[in-house]
Amino acid sequence: MKVSLGPVLFFWSKQKIYDYYEQMLQTPVDIIYLGETVCSKRRELSTAEWLELGKHLAASGKEVLLSSMALLMAESEVSTLRTICNNSSLRVEANDLSAVQLLSEKKLPFVCGPSTNIYNGRTLQVMQRKGAFRWVMPVELSGACLKSILQQAQTLGFSDDIETEVFSYGHLPLAYSARCFTARHRNLPKDDCQFKCLDYPEGIEVKSQEQQQLFNLNGIQTQSAYVYNLLGQVAEMKAMGVDIVRVSPREQGTEEIINRFKAAQNEVLNEIPLNDDMCNGYWYAKPGMDYIAG
Amino acid sequence: MELVCPAGSLPALKAAVDNGADAVYVGFKDETNARHFSGLNFKEGKVQSALSYAKTKGVKLFIAVNTYSQPDGWDKWQKAVDVAADIEVDALICADIGVLDYAVSRYPDLNLHLSVQGSGTNSESLTFYQQNFNIKRAVLPRVLSLKQVAQVAKKSPVDLEVFAFGSLCIMAEGRCYLSSYLTDQSPNTCGACSPANFVRWQETDAGLESRLNDVLIDRYAEGEKAGYPTLCKGRFDIDGQVSNVLEEPTSLNTIELIPDLVAMGIKAVKIEGRQRSPVYVQQVASTWRQALDEYARDPEAFKVKSRWSKALSKVSEGAQTTLGAYARSWQ
Repeated sequence: MKVSLGPVLFFWSKQKIYDYYEQMLQTPVDIIYLGETVCSKRRELSTAEWLELGKHLAASGKEVLLSSMALLMAESEVSTLRTICNNSSLRVEANDLSAVQLLSEKKLPFVCGPSTNIYNGRTLQVMQRKGAFRWVMPVELSGACLKSILQQAQTLGFSDDIETEVFSYGHLPLAYSARCFTARHRNLPKDDCQFKCLDYPEGIEVKSQEQQQLFNLNGIQTQSAYVYNLLGQVAEMKAMGVDIVRVSPREQGTEEIINRFKAAQNEVLNEIPLNDDMCNGYWYAKPGMDYIAG
Repeated sequence: MELVCPAGSLPALKAAVDNGADAVYVGFKDETNARHFSGLNFKEGKVQSALSYAKTKGVKLFIAVNTYSQPDGWDKWQKAVDVAADIEVDALICADIGVLDYAVSRYPDLNLHLSVQGSGTNSESLTFYQQNFNIKRAVLPRVLSLKQVAQVAKKSPVDLEVFAFGSLCIMAEGRCYLSSYLTDQSPNTCGACSPANFVRWQETDAGLESRLNDVLIDRYAEGEKAGYPTLCKGRFDIDGQVSNVLEEPTSLNTIELIPDLVAMGIKAVKIEGRQRSPVYVQQVASTWRQALDEYARDPEAFKVKSRWSKALSKVSEGAQTTLGAYARSWQ
């Protein structure tokens, strides 16, 4: 089982991105997804610079892919997507059907990211035929559902032709909007957002009026306030045939988390280190924000 | 432009048909459609009556099978497609790629529309659905500005239908899991957002509270108008400041955009609200019928009438309306 590092969902400065990935090179992470997946106004790195960074990281032996945007609303965004899909050095994670279209047209292999809505084995088979060599399960699905999908893939006879990846750690991406909630919070129009996302390297926490942690605002994306953590389910995932567990970048502590996910494959975890702001409900077909003791 | 109206019951369908709908969309009585609410929707036999009623009046019937099938429930989605094809519905509205694939392989002549839940927001994505499943029309998510709708319309390989009026989803449809994060049920998996069986109202010393699966969504002072606790429209706290962090309770109303939408070549306008009453359907359908007819009669002189606005705000959520994402300033 491999450990991957998902794309950075937050908006970080160029230097911060470079420093972060230099650190990641020192970790045992196997796969790195790079690029901007949330908002096209975030251009600390150009597409060319992401590609350069990717090549640099790939030179050290990591598998490196470029992740594409989840919500494309403007023709200019589709045009950037074309550049990404046309690149000749890195494979692409498609996070919208537009990317699936462009990549399958070119007969290029791709990853179906978590927002491509693969809820059943039939959909997965269509994607596999289109060129997907790997898929990431939608974050709201359960372990039991994953098991059924993988069984379906086996029955349909293509389970050996596709790898399965599970979003296993980090703030869950829960929704995308045309509206920028960070700009709204700062009383700015989206068209003049002044790149305020840079002020919130791990988003803006939203609580209920009773101070219950609910959501985490990240520009046009709404995330879970709690951090999803499937460290305790790694053995179960391995037994079920999951190939890759995904860690979603956070500002602090990513190396430690990667190490733990690596270690969890070879040892029985007696103790899951948990803060009180963790959740894993989705895995158990419960409300996503719940935490179920394993 | 075609006027597409919602119906959650036979009386609502009749209200739509009798008040100027060109097409009515309905769903079956299970989780195969995105308005899976108790007491709503059509059993197999009732769909047949709905279709007959619509047909005799020259109105089309669309069926929405627009949630995402999970492997253990596949039979339900398959059956929904089979029944729709069997009764020769005018269009089947789908989102799930597995369902679309089944429908086009099994019934090549079935007229397929891409549901708003399919998140088709750009020309390449629509091309994917068109080339692979031969969809004839797509319903655009409520995330595009007017200018972006025009861009998509210019390049789209299929006809486009856009939302005209009703409750406002502020997230890209088909990509929102906020509801399952709080309740375990989402539009994609169960056809429900902020489902009613998780809602609890409570009078407290601090005011009337609305909760969703125990999470406090909003708290109302005395005299304040309380709304259904759709979770994205609640009042939450950022750094001690309480506000409608995501969106206010409001409805989409685009009646003033009719000339723009026609100019772009938009094929149909959609009214949201299969969960609403026959009175709502009648009010909204007749108002939009008048507006569309008036535009057709004399496009140059088209002006929004104040009686239309009044009639529509009466049935709006929060009694206020917005242009939503169509207006860049909203974003």
